[in-house]
Amino acid sequence: KEEEESKEEDICSQQNGTSKRKNYQRENKDGKKAGGGSRQRDKKAPTKDQKESENKEKKTSKNGKEGENKEGTDRKNSTSSDSSGEESLSEEELAMLMEQVEQKKKLISTMRNKPWRMVKKLSVLREAQAFVEKFEGALGKGKGKKLYAYKMMMAKKWVKFKRDFDNFKTQCIPWEMKIKEVESHFGSSVASYFIFLRWMYGVNLVLFSLIFGLVIIPEVLMGMPYGSMPRKTVPRAEQATAMDFSVLWDFEGYIKYSALFYGYYNNQRTIGWLKYRLPMAYFMVGISVFGYSLMVVIRSMARNANESTADGDDHNFIFSWKMFTSWDYLIGNPETADNKFASITTSFKESIVDEQESNKDENIHLRRFLRVLANLLIICCLCGSGYLIYFVVKRSQTFSKMQNVGWYERNEVEIVMSLLGMFCPPLFETIAALENYHPRIGLKWQLGRIFALFLGNLYTFLLALMDDVNEKLAEEDVVKNITHWTLLGHHNSSLRNGSAATPPPLDPADVPRGPCWETTVGIEFVRLTVSDILVTYITILVGDFIRACFVRFVNYCWCWDLEAGFPSYAEFDISGNVLGLVFNQGMIWMGSFYAPGLVGINVLRLLTSMYFQCWAVMSSNVPHARVFKASKSNNFYMGLLLLILFLSLLPVAYTIMSLPPSFDCGPFSGKKRMYEVIQETIELDFPLFVAKIFSYVANPGLIIPAILLMVLAIYYLNAVAEAYQRANTELKKKMQMQREEEKNKRNNKASTNPVLQDMEDLLTPSPKRETHPKQAEDKNMEPPGRTSPGGKQGKPAALDGSPRTGGRGAALSPPPPQRFVTQPPMLGVRAPYPGQLRPWRQPLGTVPGRGRGQPWY
Amino acid sequence: RLFYRYRDLAPQLVPLDYTHKPDVTLPYQLIGSMPELKDNPFRQRIAEVFSARGDGNMTLDDFLDMFSVLSEMAPRDLKAYYAFKIYDFNNDDYICKADLEKTVNKLTRNELTPEEVNLVCEKVIYEADADNDGKLSLEDFQHMIVRAPDFLSTFHIRI
Repeated sequence: KEEEESKEEDICSQQNGTSKRKNYQRENKDGKKAGGGSRQRDKKAPTKDQKESENKEKKTSKNGKEGENKEGTDRKNSTSSDSSGEESLSEEELAMLMEQVEQKKKLISTMRNKPWRMVKKLSVLREAQAFVEKFEGALGKGKGKKLYAYKMMMAKKWVKFKRDFDNFKTQCIPWEMKIKEVESHFGSSVASYFIFLRWMYGVNLVLFSLIFGLVIIPEVLMGMPYGSMPRKTVPRAEQATAMDFSVLWDFEGYIKYSALFYGYYNNQRTIGWLKYRLPMAYFMVGISVFGYSLMVVIRSMARNANESTADGDDHNFIFSWKMFTSWDYLIGNPETADNKFASITTSFKESIVDEQESNKDENIHLRRFLRVLANLLIICCLCGSGYLIYFVVKRSQTFSKMQNVGWYERNEVEIVMSLLGMFCPPLFETIAALENYHPRIGLKWQLGRIFALFLGNLYTFLLALMDDVNEKLAEEDVVKNITHWTLLGHHNSSLRNGSAATPPPLDPADVPRGPCWETTVGIEFVRLTVSDILVTYITILVGDFIRACFVRFVNYCWCWDLEAGFPSYAEFDISGNVLGLVFNQGMIWMGSFYAPGLVGINVLRLLTSMYFQCWAVMSSNVPHARVFKASKSNNFYMGLLLLILFLSLLPVAYTIMSLPPSFDCGPFSGKKRMYEVIQETIELDFPLFVAKIFSYVANPGLIIPAILLMVLAIYYLNAVAEAYQRANTELKKKMQMQREEEKNKRNNKASTNPVLQDMEDLLTPSPKRETHPKQAEDKNMEPPGRTSPGGKQGKPAALDGSPRTGGRGAALSPPPPQRFVTQPPMLGVRAPYPGQLRPWRQPLGTVPGRGRGQPWY
Repeated sequence: RLFYRYRDLAPQLVPLDYTHKPDVTLPYQLIGSMPELKDNPFRQRIAEVFSARGDGNMTLDDFLDMFSVLSEMAPRDLKAYYAFKIYDFNNDDYICKADLEKTVNKLTRNELTPEEVNLVCEKVIYEADADNDGKLSLEDFQHMIVRAPDFLSTFHIRI
């Protein structure tokens, strides 16, 4: 029996490997083969089993019972197998066997949750696995047996393969050690920023590979090379300065006419020998960038929402949670540990003070007034910054028309935006001091305001850009005419000069060029991103590193203690950094349609940012003084990301739908609207019926009902979700009530028992005392009733003893409502006026004698 | 990977070859000096809970056990079970007031006054004790800790 059992245990433990255990097993324990391994009837097992059976006995009864169950079935199993052999199992034994195998499998899958020792788990797992393997093959009957066994083996191999792959994937995750280092020094909240950064890097990498592989590479490899077409060449006028660094820095010159920007792409319908439809690909990739990002963000949000199940309604356990969950086990650094100790102490002290203190009576009106004032100030700031940006962008347009612009004028827009981003948040914080909120709420307000600031800036920027675009569109018409006439003129002149039928082609550099508004937009976004990157890096360098150097080295010869006092070391500003990252991503999303190379720039930025910020954090920041909860904020940042995604989708969608593309640059040139490329593809590339299907589907008569249906579905699902939520809260309340009831019951039980003993002692029949209880009856009925053994006697005891124990009866806590329900007859009878009952009772002769007795039930 | 960490603690004691299941235990001092555990005020209790003999000396299996429970992937109930055992200083399967006092003192490094400590412990018992016996049993503890939003993220060691 023991051996069978130990085999089963082996199986169970084997399948329960964490990745580390897998490595450990594979590397070291050659004897114990991992996975669907060999059936080992090693002789060492029995000795281990004995140890384990001892262990088992020490464990809780739950485990013991399970062991017993297993033993019982094992006994049966072993006898059956011994007697009949594998080939000829009878029907019922087969069924029993199957049941056992199921049981074992279940055990294997839940092994991870059992709080047993590792040694035990391993052996149990191995046993169960060997058992399953041995008998699973036997379950298939006759001919089918081999196939069944084969299937099982394949299934097991597949499971093993999946697990190996998972292990491999876990090992591939980059920067794990770096993040761990940061985590041990700074706690889990700072590390969550880096984990977010890493996740963004992954998303951007995917987007970049999409764009690079499907758009840039085909154009570069299979499209017309540089210099062959007007749109791909630097105009003659600019060629002199095209290679200058200052021009390149502004993304003009050669860079403007490269694959990084929209204007480079040719509008040829198919290119190369693959007949690759580039315009279509460009369009679809643009859309799928948004689609993929949306999917990834929502999936991440759903996963986060799943983990944080409890709503945190329970404010019941504040102290308990503080005690048991405040220590962050990830901390591995003495300085952080010191900080943590200090913050825990402070937090305990704060809660204690909260407990002891009564609510302050505050001046509500003053508070409200201050808050309104603060909000007004902040709205003024936001409007002011929006106007400033608009003004600056307008000015930059006039600058671009001028010659001889200095470096400052050229980059004015970006500088102003960065400065605003740097100085407004602290301003908001100081104004927010007026408001006097609880710190966590204050933080949320702060984040919201910074978000509004950045959003306002971005959209003002966009509006100004739109003005620019419209101007360019107007210009385009003019240029179109000029180009047309120039080409015509060139043809005529060439015809006149030579007699050749075909005119020599005009050098592409000489063709008058239309203003390519898409490329301009792309350039603006790229410039904005680059300046944002630079500003961030410089801020980190100056704000953190230089400051730390200053504080460290100048401290010796300074009047006051720099480290404790004013500049001191910087703390890592999590929220600021996360917001910066989120906004950067928003800009990338907006600009990637017009500048395919932008995502590549972002990937580089995230990569370098990871290393740079890790270094900066470790070298010049100090851990936070206050505790910051990392858990709930994750979904908050994802929510921000989602919002930004939508907001950045809007401008792009608007321009795609309503602005005509430039006539001489980009993959959609010559069309009236960009989305016409889809229609074109459907008409020309797909068989006829597809076009018909699409035309039916695109019919408004079909689309509007579909939209209505979706709206109704959303409404219905919302209602269902609300109903569940309500049921949830009801259940919680019920549990709460039950808990409190039990608490009260125990409390009462503890305190009524002595009272009851007294009442029992006073149990001498006396008619007089019977009358008294009429008043005290209702009160005293329940408590004695509860202690059921002396139920009937208890009541008269209460009745009799009530005058004496009236005081104590009053001291008894109010009885639970249930008891009233179970004693209706008594109530009904005793309700009437006390005086009346006496004459009614006397006729019942036996009663007075006994003095107790409740003849009327 | 974990095995190499274990071995690094005492290379001369731990053989590379585990096929013959040697019985090797590392003393508590070595375990307690690991960087992940060095600053943890509960490291002694952790080692005691996970060691087979209850004295802090751990075999490789105990070591594995410990980090497996403290890893990201361990289920909540399992962690709650082991957390209970860690905070139960006198090993009587109940967290009584003395255990709570020791916990608080370890957490705050004795910076709170005795009255404050007392108040905190009483509050905890009041909040979490459902069967009203003046101490926390496993069910009370589990019931309370399962609702805590950051239990999973704090009771976690990355290795």
